[in-house]
Amino acid sequence: MKDMPGTDAPRGALRLMSGNHAVAEGARLARPEVTPVYPITPQTPILEKLTELQSAGEFVTEMLTPESEHSVMATAMTASLSGARVFTATSSQGLMLMHELLHYAAGARATIVMFNVNRTPASPWGFWPDQLDSLSQRDTGWVQLYSESPQDSLDLVIQAFRLAERVRLPVMISHDAFYVSHAVEPVDVPAQDLVDGFLPPFEAEFRLDPDIGRSIGAPVDQATWNQSRRDMAEAMGRVIAEFTRFGAQWGRLTGRVHAPLQLYRTEDAEIVFVTLGSLAGTARVAVDMLRRAGMRAGLVKLCLFRPLPAEALRSALDGVPVALVLDRNYSVGTGGVLHQELKSALHGTANATRVHGLLTGVGGVDVPVEQLVDLAQEFRERVPENGPIWIDGHGR
Amino acid sequence: MDGKIDYRDDGLFCSGHVACGGCAEALSLRVILNTMGPDTVAVVSPSCTAVICGGHPMSSLKIPVFHTTIESAAASAAGVRRALRARGKVDTNVLCLAGDGGTYDIGIQALSSVAERNEDILYICFDNEGYMNTGGQKSSSTPRGAATGSTPDGKRTRKKNMIEIMAAHRIPYIATASPSDLNDLAAKVEKAKAMRGTRMIIVLIPCLPGWGLAEDSSVQTARLAVQSRAFPLVEITDGVHYRLQTPELCSPLADYLTSQKRYRHLDAAEMARLQADVDTDWSMLQQRAQISPA
Repeated sequence: MKDMPGTDAPRGALRLMSGNHAVAEGARLARPEVTPVYPITPQTPILEKLTELQSAGEFVTEMLTPESEHSVMATAMTASLSGARVFTATSSQGLMLMHELLHYAAGARATIVMFNVNRTPASPWGFWPDQLDSLSQRDTGWVQLYSESPQDSLDLVIQAFRLAERVRLPVMISHDAFYVSHAVEPVDVPAQDLVDGFLPPFEAEFRLDPDIGRSIGAPVDQATWNQSRRDMAEAMGRVIAEFTRFGAQWGRLTGRVHAPLQLYRTEDAEIVFVTLGSLAGTARVAVDMLRRAGMRAGLVKLCLFRPLPAEALRSALDGVPVALVLDRNYSVGTGGVLHQELKSALHGTANATRVHGLLTGVGGVDVPVEQLVDLAQEFRERVPENGPIWIDGHGR
Repeated sequence: MDGKIDYRDDGLFCSGHVACGGCAEALSLRVILNTMGPDTVAVVSPSCTAVICGGHPMSSLKIPVFHTTIESAAASAAGVRRALRARGKVDTNVLCLAGDGGTYDIGIQALSSVAERNEDILYICFDNEGYMNTGGQKSSSTPRGAATGSTPDGKRTRKKNMIEIMAAHRIPYIATASPSDLNDLAAKVEKAKAMRGTRMIIVLIPCLPGWGLAEDSSVQTARLAVQSRAFPLVEITDGVHYRLQTPELCSPLADYLTSQKRYRHLDAAEMARLQADVDTDWSMLQQRAQISPA
């Protein structure tokens, strides 16, 4: 994100680092007390940076390396429920191996923060940026944030802890394999004091503790299970306001404001791209090119995907004639996940935006800026199809 | 044995729990919990124990319990331990309660990793030799010959040798125990409690409906299991030092087998084969105890 002009926010050290190392720096600054991790490409630089920092005494945590992501999540869940701040990181197959426990941890109201590096789910085997791994976890009860850049990733890890501990839900942040995970950019690493001021130590009200005596997770009757989901819904309902508040507070401290939606040149837009993750960076450049060519283009970037900021999306698209949803994922048999979600957010409203669902970059095929410019011109006047439209990328 | 149970009961296991009437697991759990004391957190995986612990908002255990998934009991216990350590509660005991399905089968991966890392937990496996909570299906702890819901003609392969698998991890302490000798069980829990690292106790629990037993015969059946050497009582320290407890009274395996409906389809030849299995295992344990005594 661009620095806000006119802030006198103190700057930390600007350092060159990859997206994954930025995640590790963010995690270090958040002071998690327990950190279980299991290696998987392309998440491993996060793990190795954390173990390196711990070994050097710069990261004080109970670190453990179980035999699988499944055990990582089991450990993370019970450590969190025992009152510890917990961080972990994974990707793709690892995230999907955790699936059962993602439901379990959210249902138990564990406040884990997990970083996921978006990678194509096998089979066939692949290591490419594609968001199906995390988007297909949308019903598990985790808050989901998406990062566009190494700086975003560092900032969001710290804010995610504040959010998780505030609403008592686990938070997952994702960034794209290689485009963000391994791309090296200048990153402002905030001072520890700044982070400590923003993120106070975690004091869990409910936890496994002989001094408290409370048990967690025992079998319940139908009505109690039903109530547990209503309680989670109530917590999810608070996420948008809390994230907006914390994002603004982070902005005052660092000059980098985060919000559920980031709007770029949308005020008078006749066409907008709607996307999440690193495609937002490509789309932003395309917007500038289209504007120079005389088309009033804009960008709606979702930083928050769960809960879906539906009201903000409706308001952002109000009066916008055309929206191109760029999905770097494909839910087989339906279409792009973001496309479906946006249509559902607009359903039944007076909004007349023509929404096109474009499958761009599925499987990690390249999406050049020029292609987005061409797509905007091509789809500006087209009647939208109900289903998705496959877009050929570079290498396909 | 004089029949006196020599342990202190602080009432940590409450009456009103929902174990089957006459189940030796409730009895064993009572001894284990009160030996561990109130400064304990337990993780329980889906099993008879999880049911005995009770439904929300009641609990039959007067310590905090987390109900976790069946395959992640050990990993879940490690998470509690690490969090307690991070929060400075180093003396609190972390207890893992699981069944044989959650230990021998689906939970072995997480358990192996916990043992490899020597996580500081006490793992109790209540071994009723099958998935008894789901109505009595075969697990890899089910002995050869036993009929279950999924092996109606009797299981064709041996019971998995879990203590040897755990010994290969060289964890500080492994023991087997039986509700027919509660003093021995309490002593083993007491010993394990004083140690650090991964410790494991497997307690044989004859299952009344699953094995086809009368309500008042659980303890007696467990005693026959020990006396017939079908379930030897053993202690293994550091994975290599063995103490094999020779029963004061011995009984033929046939007495143990014929007391249970799950073996009633066996003919004499099959019974002889099971006797041979038992003799082989006993002799192997004897050799281990001789070569490297505890």
